[in-house]
Order: sequence, then structure tokens, then C-alpha cells
Amino acid sequence: MATTDTEVNELIKREYEYGFVTDIESDTFEPGLNEDVIARLSGIKKEPEWMLEWRLKAYRRWLEMDEPDWAHVGYPKIDYDSISYYSAPKRPEDMPQSLDEVDPELLKTYEKLGIPLHEREKLAGVAVDAVFDSVSVATTFKEPLAKAGVIFCSISEAIQDYPELVKKYLGSVVPAGDNFFAGLNSAVFSDGTFVYVPKGVRCPMELSTYFRINAANTGQFERTLIIAEDSSYVSYLEGCTAPMRDENQLHAAVVELVALDDAQIKYSTVQNWYPGDENGKGGIFNFVTKRGACIGKNSKISWTQVETGSAVTWKYPSCVLRGDNSVGEFYSVALTNNYQQADTGTKMIHLGKNTSSTIISKGISAGKSSNAYRGLVKFGPGAEGARNFTQCDSLLIGDRCGAHTFPYIESKNKSAIVEHEATTSKVSDEQMFLCRQRGIDPEQAVSMIVNGFCKEVFKELPMEFAVEAGKLLEVSLEGSVG
Amino acid sequence: MLSIKNLHASVEGKEILKGINLEIKAGEVHAIMGPNGSGKSTLSQVLAGNEAFEVTEGEVTLNGENLLELETEERAREGVFLAFQYPVEIPGVSNLQFLRTAVNALRHHRGESEMNAAEFMKLAKEVSRQVDLDPAFLKRGVNQGFSGGEKKRNEIMQALLLQPKLAILDETDSGLDIDALQVVSNGVNALRAKDRAILMVTHYQRLLNHIVPDYVHVLAGGRIVKSGGRELALELEERGYGWLGIKEEETANSSAN
Ligand SMILES: Nc1ncnc2c1ncn2[C@@H]1O[C@H](COP(=O)(O)OP(=O)(O)OP(=O)(O)O)[C@@H](O)[C@H]1O
Ligand SMILES: [Mg+2]
Repeated sequence: MATTDTEVNELIKREYEYGFVTDIESDTFEPGLNEDVIARLSGIKKEPEWMLEWRLKAYRRWLEMDEPDWAHVGYPKIDYDSISYYSAPKRPEDMPQSLDEVDPELLKTYEKLGIPLHEREKLAGVAVDAVFDSVSVATTFKEPLAKAGVIFCSISEAIQDYPELVKKYLGSVVPAGDNFFAGLNSAVFSDGTFVYVPKGVRCPMELSTYFRINAANTGQFERTLIIAEDSSYVSYLEGCTAPMRDENQLHAAVVELVALDDAQIKYSTVQNWYPGDENGKGGIFNFVTKRGACIGKNSKISWTQVETGSAVTWKYPSCVLRGDNSVGEFYSVALTNNYQQADTGTKMIHLGKNTSSTIISKGISAGKSSNAYRGLVKFGPGAEGARNFTQCDSLLIGDRCGAHTFPYIESKNKSAIVEHEATTSKVSDEQMFLCRQRGIDPEQAVSMIVNGFCKEVFKELPMEFAVEAGKLLEVSLEGSVG
Repeated sequence: MLSIKNLHASVEGKEILKGINLEIKAGEVHAIMGPNGSGKSTLSQVLAGNEAFEVTEGEVTLNGENLLELETEERAREGVFLAFQYPVEIPGVSNLQFLRTAVNALRHHRGESEMNAAEFMKLAKEVSRQVDLDPAFLKRGVNQGFSGGEKKRNEIMQALLLQPKLAILDETDSGLDIDALQVVSNGVNALRAKDRAILMVTHYQRLLNHIVPDYVHVLAGGRIVKSGGRELALELEERGYGWLGIKEEETANSSAN
């Protein structure tokens, strides 16, 4: 792959002359990945040259890397040349015109989650009235944000409008060479979110991708970058609580968080991609790299995740605690049912003095699923007085599922303190009998017991999110009893 | 109200109940006594529908309805309540949430509207005071870290909340101190009503001074070997079970455990 820059630029130009965007027949790229494809992608997005170079460099690194095989998951080999790396956002006339055209199974789930009708349309990708979709939403949240000086836009827009910020921070937390999937993402990311909170600003509202769900069809390689300047605060909610069904098989997202002095970032995820059917057919492979850097002193990054979807999940939201007294937190609920597999956990890398981290992980396995916690707590030589507390609980429903815990600790500083607690329990027949004897439905009983088990994590979620996360567990557990 | 005819039940292939016959009318309180391992808890669990036990023969009806055909939760909704001998813990699920879910399940079944959190809180607080349980217990996980006596009071509190038609109380008096015994007895007496039947398993005639039963039955070796009035309990206390001719092997189960 010795394509020179001039050749690449020519390729971009060629694509332009094609009038690609207006060419209906070629809205979606042919499957396959090479430098030409990346150049076309970058060209369509009208990216500056430095961005293209960045992508190509990542791509060349990626070619040298091997797909990881250490996770406790198994899946058929992915053929990266059978994937199409760009698909233009759907035009209104190609979308379902009303809910009648949407999969009834999906609608049933929305109903169970209590999602209002007009929002169901949005989630199902029904072409909704443009006035409702963009204008009203835009005015309700864009205005107060602009007033506070908060930038909240797609990463594509940020590359155009705030190139200095993007150049400075993109890849600074998760470099392209970090791992196989991050490398792939760096080469081909289609879109994602960019957030910048200026010094001393407390973001006036919870930011959420929910608002942007229709605005940008972010596709399978999302890239998110959040920067919190000195003494700022932002809370970001990712994903929506409704299950998004997606025909795509592979999701390889990268999320980077940067917290400067005294800044705080709270990042909450409710992930419910299509898990495949009860026989393990279909579903999303969710290979995500999420990492936050507490660069500044006294900074804090909290990850809260509720993972109920995807056929295979491979995800370790992590914190690099560089600033003195910085704090990292990881609160996680991962639920697997049927044939789902999850290998998830976190890494807490303590570099600064008196850094502290908390890990609370709740794994729930039902059906024939497999659920693994994998965590690394690392103390560098300078992590004087650092401490970590880890609590890892597993709950089994039935006796055909599995739970595994892989905690790793590496310490290069004698003063560091680690506390680790782990439990494994089962939803027992006696507990079920007690609930049913009091008139409670078996399914409701399981969901109540599971919700109780997850309480410590749910209380970290924003209020209304916590309620929906509870409902989501209920829906995801369906069919796990009896 | 409750009619049990020739009830046989086994667990893991071993027959425990070997032909129980029992009739309880509305408004009556029946006490069941008997040696350890004689099948008292088994009878209670079978009536409530514990699937660990297999009913091999016989019939059970509640107000004419075949109980054995109903799922555990359906029996509960028809008014069967079991106060457990060994209440199980459900960590993380608050007592309050558990009880409200149960109450609402029953209300739903009766076609009544659900109780909201505030309404329920008020009711639950009243009932918890009735069994002398600090309302703080409502916020704790179901039976989580409760002492033996607190668990028993919690069971009675649930009976008072759920207002069953048939209350089966499996040794709700054991492990209670003298004051708690009084409290629990008052609770049970408050449950006594002319449209409610109570089946009470106990080892102690002492309880029967507080809750005066209409009938006393002795269960041994999976059969009711003797029935009588409350004076039977006094006689048992004085003479033990030996005079009833209960064979050694029929009580041997207890020593095997
Ligand atoms: N799940 C089970 N598996 C095997 N045996 C069981 C099971 N449950 C009960 N049994 C046996 O059935 C017999 C009756 O037990 P049960 O608990 O009904 O006695 P009980 O009369 O309530 O005794 P106690 O006065 O000690 O409470 C005992 O021998 C017991 O070991
Ligand atoms: Mg017993």
C-alpha cells in the first residue's frame, strides 16, 4: 500500500468529479477497504488534508495489527473486505413513511418501554416532519448551550469548524495504534459527537445523543470526543434507551474523554443494540474502545454503563489518572441472555499522586449466555498514596449460563492500596417461590430481583434514565424464566 | 373453605405426605403439631404450590376451586398465604418495593387500581407498627440481615397487608422472645375473621394460650394421627407424642437430618 499523497489527492478529486453525493446508485460504497476507499470517504465529508492523512496513517498501522483473541468470547471470523465502509444517510423518501411499515416486534418493545408515539417514529427511523425533527429540537437545546459557550456538534462539523481542537485532542487518549478496533475506527470513522466545555462552565443540561438520533445516521464506526476545560462539568448520555435494531454486524466505536484541572465528566451509556434472536442468530458485534484521561489535577471521570444488547460485547471504559488527586469511576451493569456474550470491564491506570478509583461491576447472566468481567488496576511508580476499590458481583439466572471474573492488578508503587470484593449468586428457587407465593408474576419477580442487584449502579444514572434502564432489563430478561 | 382429601406428596422420589385429610371452615383456626420431620412444612409448602414437591394423589380445594391446578402465584391471588418457617432474603430489593409489588399484584387480580408509592407507604407504616416493627425495616432489603424474630414479624406484617382467605403460618412462633410472641399473637388474632381460615403449625402449646385454636391436629409420619380441641395440645405437652403410638421410624426422619 505505497500510495503517495499526490495519488491520494487525485483520487479525492476524481471522486468529486463523479458527483458522488448526487449519484443515487452509489449511495453505499462497494464492500472492501483500501486507501482509495478511505480517500473517497474523506472526500465526501470534505475533510481537510490533515484529516485524511491522519486516517491513512491509522489505516497503515491497522494493516500491521492482529485482531485480539484474548477476550472470553467466540464469534465467526470477520471479513473486513465484506463490509461497506460508507453509506450515505437515508433520504426521507427511502425511510418508512409511517409506523405501519416498521417491524411490529420493534414497535412492541417501544410500547413496553413506554416511549411516546411521536418518539417511537423517530427511533424507528420513520421520516418525520422536518419542522418537528430539527427546528424545535434545535431551539430547545442549542440556544442555552451556545449561551454557555458549550460546543455540541457532530465530529464531522467539528473537523470543519474547530480543527485546532480536534487536531490537538483526537487520538490523544486512544491513539490509532492502541488496538485493532481502535485502529480500524481511526481509519474509517463515519461520524460521531464532539463536545467542548470551556473553562469554568457547568454545562446547563445533560447532553444526549438521543437528540441527534435522526440528525445524523452515525453508522457503525462512531467517534466521540469530549473535552472539559479547567473547572468545567458535563454529563453526557449515550445511546437511547430504545433498542435500535441495525442490520450492520460490526460496531467499532471509539470514545475519548479529556478532563483538565478540576474538571468533571460523567458519561452514561445505555446500550441495547440488537442481541440476536433466542437461537443466537444475528445481532451486533460491539467492539468499543472508551477511555478518559484525567489530565488535570483534581479532575474526575465517571463511566456508568448499562449493557443489555449486542450479540458480542467487547468493551472496557477506562480512566488514565494522570493528574494528582484525580478520580476515576466505573459503574457497570452487563446483562446477557440467550446466546449473548459479553467481555467487559475497565482499566484504571493510576499515574498521579493520591489518585483514586472505584469499580462497581454487576454481571447478570441468563439463558445460555456468557458474561465476563475483565479489569485492570495499575499503579505507576509515581502513584503515591493511590487507592482502588473494586466490587464485582455476578448473578446467575438458571444453570446453563456462565460468569467469569478476571481481575488484574499491577503495582509499581508500594504505598498504593487495593481492595477487591467479588461475589457470585443465583436467583434461587426459594426467592422465586417467595415472590410467587405473594402473587408476583415470575417474570416480574426476576426483574425485581435483578433490579435490586443493580441498585448501586442505577443510582449513578440520571433519574429518568434509571427508570428506563430498569424497564430495559425487564424487556431483555423476557423468556429467561421457566 | 379448605378441603384436603387423601393428599400424597413426595420430594425427590421420597413420599412425605401419606394421605392427609383435613377440612377447615371459614372463621376457624386449626393448629397442627407433630414431631420434627413429620411433614408439617411439606404440607404448608404443597398447599402454597412449591414445585419442589410432587403431588402424587389426592385433592385440595379452596372454596370449591381445585387448588392443585393453579400456579403458585395464582393460588396467592386466590387468597392463599404462607408465612415461611425460614423466610429467604432478597438482597437489594427493598421490603417496601417487594410488598407494594405483591399488594398491587393482588389488587390487579381483583380489578382494583394500583396503589401509588405514597398511599402504600402510609398503609405499610401502619401495619409495621401493628407488629412492632420499626418502619425503617421497610427500607431494608427483604429479610436482609433481619434477626430470626424480625423475620417472623415481617411475615405477619405481610399477612396483615395481603389479607388472605387462607393463612398458613409455619412455626411463626418459634424463635420469638416473650414480648415478640405477644406481638405476633396479637397480629394473628387480628387476622382472625369469619371469612378467613388459619392453619397454624406450632410446636408449643404456649402459643395456643394466646391464639386459641378451634381444632388441634397431630401430624406424624405424613398422616394426621389425632385430632381434637385445644385440650389436645395440653395433653401433648404433658405426655409427649409417645402415647399416640407413633412408631420410632416415623419420627426417625428428624434424627436423620
Ligand atoms: N427438598 C427436600 N429434599 C429432601 N427431603 C426433604 C425436602 N423437604 C423436606 N424433606 C424431608 O421431608 C420430611 C418432612 O419435612 P418437613 O420440613 O415437612 O417436616 P416438619 O414437620 O416441618 O419438621 P420441623 O418440625 O422440623 O419443621 C423430612 O424428613 C425432610 O427431611
Ligand atoms: Mg417445618
